[in-house]
Amino acid sequence: MVNIDTKIDADILTLIVVGEVDASSSINLDNAISKAINEGHKKILIDGKGMSYISSAGLGVFMSYLQDFDKNNIKMALYGLNEKVLNVFKILGLDQLINIAESESEAKVLMND
Amino acid sequence: MKSGKALSRISLTLALLSWLALVFADLTLLFTRSNQIPSGFAEESPYILRSLYFVSLFFFFRYRIKRTEEVNFVDLLWRVFVTGLLTTIFSLSLKSFDLLIGNLSQNMYVVNLFYLINLGLAGAFIFSTFMVWKRLILYQKSKLLMRGWLFFEYALFASIIIVFLPEAIVSTLFSAILPILVVIGIILSANMKWVAFLNFKQKWKSILLMMLIMLYLGYFYINISGFEDNPNLLILHDNTAFLNGIFIFIFIYAFLSVLVILFNLPTSSVFEQKLGEVVNYQRLSQSIQTEQSEDKVYEILLDSAISTVFADAGWIEISANGQEEDALEKYQGQYTPYSADLLYYKFRIQDEEIAEIKKNLKKDKISNVFDFKATDRAVNYSKFQSNLKQGNFKTILALPIEVQNETIGALVLLKDVTDGFNREMAEIAHTFVNQAGISIENFRLLTSALENERYQEELKIAKKVQQSLLPKMLDSNEDFEIIAFSKAADEVGGDYYDSYRIDENKIALIIGDVSGKGTSAAFNMSQMKGVFHSLSQLNLSVLQFFDYANMALSNCLEKTSFITASYFIIDGVNKRVDYARAGHCPTLYFSKKEGSARYFENRGLGLGILRNNKFIDHLDELMIDYRKDDVMVLYTDGITEAQNFKKEEFGYARLKNLLEKNAHKSPEEIQQEIIRELYEFSSKENVDDDYTLIIIKFK
Repeated sequence: MVNIDTKIDADILTLIVVGEVDASSSINLDNAISKAINEGHKKILIDGKGMSYISSAGLGVFMSYLQDFDKNNIKMALYGLNEKVLNVFKILGLDQLINIAESESEAKVLMND
Repeated sequence: MKSGKALSRISLTLALLSWLALVFADLTLLFTRSNQIPSGFAEESPYILRSLYFVSLFFFFRYRIKRTEEVNFVDLLWRVFVTGLLTTIFSLSLKSFDLLIGNLSQNMYVVNLFYLINLGLAGAFIFSTFMVWKRLILYQKSKLLMRGWLFFEYALFASIIIVFLPEAIVSTLFSAILPILVVIGIILSANMKWVAFLNFKQKWKSILLMMLIMLYLGYFYINISGFEDNPNLLILHDNTAFLNGIFIFIFIYAFLSVLVILFNLPTSSVFEQKLGEVVNYQRLSQSIQTEQSEDKVYEILLDSAISTVFADAGWIEISANGQEEDALEKYQGQYTPYSADLLYYKFRIQDEEIAEIKKNLKKDKISNVFDFKATDRAVNYSKFQSNLKQGNFKTILALPIEVQNETIGALVLLKDVTDGFNREMAEIAHTFVNQAGISIENFRLLTSALENERYQEELKIAKKVQQSLLPKMLDSNEDFEIIAFSKAADEVGGDYYDSYRIDENKIALIIGDVSGKGTSAAFNMSQMKGVFHSLSQLNLSVLQFFDYANMALSNCLEKTSFITASYFIIDGVNKRVDYARAGHCPTLYFSKKEGSARYFENRGLGLGILRNNKFIDHLDELMIDYRKDDVMVLYTDGITEAQNFKKEEFGYARLKNLLEKNAHKSPEEIQQEIIRELYEFSSKENVDDDYTLIIIKFK
């Protein structure tokens, strides 16, 4: 079960993900990211403070957009992940491919690089 | 059946024989009487033979007409008509023959013969008619009616027999019995339920046939009565209460039938309509059991609705999204009457006309039609009906088709006059639509139940495949002991491990986890096994192995799928383990020398995540020089992520502590300790995920 809210601040779109991203709810995350790309946002932040769990299917969603982000010059960053979720990203090695920041301000700095 | 057939044959033969005997006896008596010669026959013999003839005829038609159970009413009447026609023609041709030859009937023998022939023909016609009447009267019979009829039949029978009684008694009985028979006959004649089941056309046919039957009856009655005055006639007609009774009865019933049918004519269309409704309703509700598709249900719905409310044209439109299984959940209840992706079932209407009507509806803002929000019981039918200003059709009736409280489409009926549908018609159409909705709902439930069953079956197969992909024994050498433990969750997961002996001293070892579940996991796992067995024998370095593996898998994994794995080459000569990690859980290693365990923290990236040559830049290779009594633990995330009732995870620290505590034990014991602790922690044996644990202890 996951709930995704969106927030737009200047040119930055923030997806606030709350709940568990598992096999079934990863579809919602997929839809949200896909919508953000289609709407032409170039700076996407994902607020993961409320993300309590992510399964391999959820990781698969992030993974599947890596190329799209690259191709469309989209900057994307995650922030506020709890230790457990962050560890999942690290083990899989996604931290090497995705910007993962500790706080929102740190993430916004990454956006403006 | 067979005995009935035999009996009908016997009775027919008997009837013919007795008639011939009657003729013979009659003529002989006539001859002997006129010539004053004593005859061998008793005076009563013609009466007896005549009675015998009637009785045999009675039984013949009884069996004959009884046998034909399925014949419809008009067919029965038609039979009577044909019998009447044949007998009348025969009788008339006899008469014309007589006229042609010239007054043969002056001859007393000829008179008697003609009389007997006519009597025989009349008998045949009357008895066949009588039995048909019996069937008509006893249609939808009750017990009381049965009794009444039996009494009537016995009374008629009795009237045949009383002929043999003395003259005085006969005449008193005759005058007593005849009125009774007539009264009963009239009472019985009131039973005309069969009339109600005739349609309009059949009613007209029946009237015609009944009239003709009455005509024949009249002819025979007059014909036979005409003989009575003839002094040369041997058998007298007057005391046949039987024949008279039956004559009158048949005539009354025919007459009443004509009247009843006549009065029923104006209402027959209503009755037909009601009957049609019931039949259509039944068809709809049965269609779910017999038909294989939703299409058929819609076709029957359209067909039934149009014919029942006498619509001139109509169509059904169904949200196309609703029929695709995958899209079902996503788009449920998103039916919009003006969207393009609708499925149509049409009756006497073209696409262009439908588009035109809908366009006008939208333009004219007749919002009540196609406004399907009202689902309460007290449906206001006027909301669904509207008059059209343009086009050939003047009235439109549109009803929503609902399945599980979601509108999935509409039934639209058209008529070429204004205000063409009354309230009752709308109600009937609404009932049909509801019934169709239920049928569709049942149909979909059934389909999804079957789908689910098929899915379960697929899972079973996938699980079997998965099990067969895991090795029964892992390769080992004199330098280490290895033991593996793996358990799959109810759903098929993707834990994989395997080994390959590269040469005498070198063994390749892999542990992995395939993302996804079910059949796709099993499929990806078999690809991983193929990749492992192809590449490990090439004696590549662990990084090279992953580079090639990533390239190979990138081409066949789905976009969102990836595989995590750890790959080891254990070299017994150099006492070294080469290790790289492709996004898999870090390997736990206990060093005897240091007396503690640690997780290797080299970088790694899951296979299939980066599908280009940069992948290998994200992996680190480790080389570990092992010593005696060092322990290496390989596992999948099913172990570290196993949860207890507080939703806490088993975790890395717990696993590490367990290993440190038990590292001195044998691999089996270490494994058992860890598994025991895991079960204790999660307080159940069925952990939700798959989990695999491999213990390697160096010697």
